[in-house]
Amino acid sequence: MGILEISGVNKRFGGLKALDDVNLDIAAGTVHAIIGPNGAGKSTLLNCLVGRLEPDSGSVSFNGHSLLGVKAHQINQFGVSRVFQTPEIFGDLTLLENVMIPAFTKRDGAFKLNAWPSVDGESEVRDQALFYLEEVNLAGKAQVRADEMSRGDKRRLELAMCLIQDPKLLLLDEPTAGMSRADTNDTIDLLKKIGEEFNITKVIIEHDMHVVFSLAKKVSVMAQGTVIVEGAPNEIKGDERVQEAYLGGAHL
Amino acid sequence: MLGLNSKDQKLFLVVIVVTLLAPFILNPFPENSELAQFNAGYPDLMQRFAIFGIFAIGFNILFGLTGYLSFGHAAFLGVGSYAGVWMLKLLSMNVVPAIIMSVIFAGLFSLLVGFVSLRRSGIYFSILTLAFAQMSFALAYSVLTPITNGETGLQLALDDPRILGVSQIDGSIPPTNFFGLEMRDGFELALGPWVFTLNFGYYLCAVFVLGAFYLSMRIFNSPFGMMLRAIKTNQTRLPYTGMNPKPYTLAAFVISGMYAGLAGGLMVAMDPLAGAERMQWTASGEVVLMTILGGAGTLLGPLLGAGVIKYFENIFSKINDTILYEWFSFMPDGLQDVFVFLIHPFIGKGWHLTLGIMFMLVVIFLPGGVVEGGQRFMRLFKRGDKGSKSSGDAARSASPAE
Ligand SMILES: Nc1ncnc2c1ncn2[C@@H]1O[C@H](COP(=O)(O)OP(=O)(O)OP(=O)(O)O)[C@@H](O)[C@H]1O
Ligand SMILES: [Mg+2]
Repeated sequence: MGILEISGVNKRFGGLKALDDVNLDIAAGTVHAIIGPNGAGKSTLLNCLVGRLEPDSGSVSFNGHSLLGVKAHQINQFGVSRVFQTPEIFGDLTLLENVMIPAFTKRDGAFKLNAWPSVDGESEVRDQALFYLEEVNLAGKAQVRADEMSRGDKRRLELAMCLIQDPKLLLLDEPTAGMSRADTNDTIDLLKKIGEEFNITKVIIEHDMHVVFSLAKKVSVMAQGTVIVEGAPNEIKGDERVQEAYLGGAHL
Repeated sequence: MLGLNSKDQKLFLVVIVVTLLAPFILNPFPENSELAQFNAGYPDLMQRFAIFGIFAIGFNILFGLTGYLSFGHAAFLGVGSYAGVWMLKLLSMNVVPAIIMSVIFAGLFSLLVGFVSLRRSGIYFSILTLAFAQMSFALAYSVLTPITNGETGLQLALDDPRILGVSQIDGSIPPTNFFGLEMRDGFELALGPWVFTLNFGYYLCAVFVLGAFYLSMRIFNSPFGMMLRAIKTNQTRLPYTGMNPKPYTLAAFVISGMYAGLAGGLMVAMDPLAGAERMQWTASGEVVLMTILGGAGTLLGPLLGAGVIKYFENIFSKINDTILYEWFSFMPDGLQDVFVFLIHPFIGKGWHLTLGIMFMLVVIFLPGGVVEGGQRFMRLFKRGDKGSKSSGDAARSASPAE
């Protein structure tokens, strides 16, 4: 039984069928990649899992609980964290503050009127935040404003913000999009390291086959809103339908 | 000490000293000198500095931290005023119950307004708050006349019941007091040509403004304050960090509404009447100006902004052509006329023009307000150790508003 079960999910945007009867089962403890050409519906699917979009029909359940109609912050409180395709961070705050915020919400819940104690006094949370910044190699920049960082650093920051919550399921939307080869390899190494240190089930949406084959145990290929093929990376590689979906499969 | 870091402790100490010595600091010119008209150290104006300071400090907790720009906060000040006057009418001339009721009523009303308005963000939120405030104004002005006394405004009367006090003393309404200490009372202190007025009413306001400032410092430095700043920075990320932004913004809204109520309560404690015009949109706009002018999102900014605007309103508006002719009397006649003619539009009733220009200049050149101006000025002197204490400040005083 999977930690995340998606069955018969449909989602329309006006006349466009962005998701068309998607079925997917994510096994606990694995790294599951979802690949597919632009516009295949990968991000839409992810948004349906985290409460950003509501599927038109179908069911999504996490650890046996249905996620339909559940608010985004509650889904996160269940233990589902995500990184965005374009990094979403708190640009005006320092890196340390960025990472402390999810630590507070993990500790205090979705709302707590914690207005009297000082953040300076929360040494436990701060140490924890510094630890996770260290994990993603950003400890040296703890006091820098998040907006002042490179795209790659922002992605790593977002990752730290997810990891500090100790999630059961981590959803990564194209963690290497727009990165140079070297940065991509760094990210792969980082994700591998994290995979060894923390036992978190991961779903990775990715364009880059190199990343997929380095990290994933299982791959689902999406095209035009449906999952067309599923299997181990090696099986996927040679599949004709996949080649076709990628228009000649230049990058396979 | 006091749960503040050392930088904030220093800031607080300075604010305490300035507030307590304000009657002296604001009266630098001898009583009979020509410059005496620039003295601001008289009770009425000093009380207003403190009261509007409280109003702006509270407003800044909402606007400065979360970025939600309310155009209706004067409504809470108005509700607080009415509640306060009613307590003075019904209960006692002691200002304490009046102030407490002001805060409670403003808090409840802001809970209602906030709950509805916060369903939207950005410009729609601003419009909703504006609509609420104008509705409150209209209600107070006409429909609710039995409670608000409409156009005339709510005043004390000789036949007020006043359960815990007396309706009148020797045919006149008793003065507001703090456990016997009359708000209008005080000392006059004459030191050579200088005259200083130490007024009880002002010192009560001073205690409240210091408390309000201290509380805002605590909020700014707390995890709650950090969440509010996160709301301002990125609304998209928030729910995916497990945080529910709604109750946070609502809490900030209600806290700032209660600050406005406190300001309204102090207003009637100093001068026991309340009118509907206190709720008008211009009054709501004024607190926005104060906060931005001083520096939204900074601790000291709102206090400074309130001071600057109230100073202009009360001092600049009093300068007239006669005074100008006196100033330029050393010039030849023709030139004198030219100068007076040029300056005339900016003084007296034209103080709004001066304020408007100043506001534009600040927004364009100093988006961080007077506080940013001060910081830049200090940096000119401290070139030597640049960069060392930067990031925390920068984050706090960062961009004022969208
Ligand atoms: N909010 C929306 N409103 C309307 N159409 C949308 C919306 N979000 C996505 N779409 C459309 O749905 C389709 C699937 O988009 P989606 O972002 O899920 O693709 P994707 O697989 O993530 O692509 P990419 O690799 O470019 O990120 C696209 O045609 C897109 O234009
Ligand atoms: Mg996408």
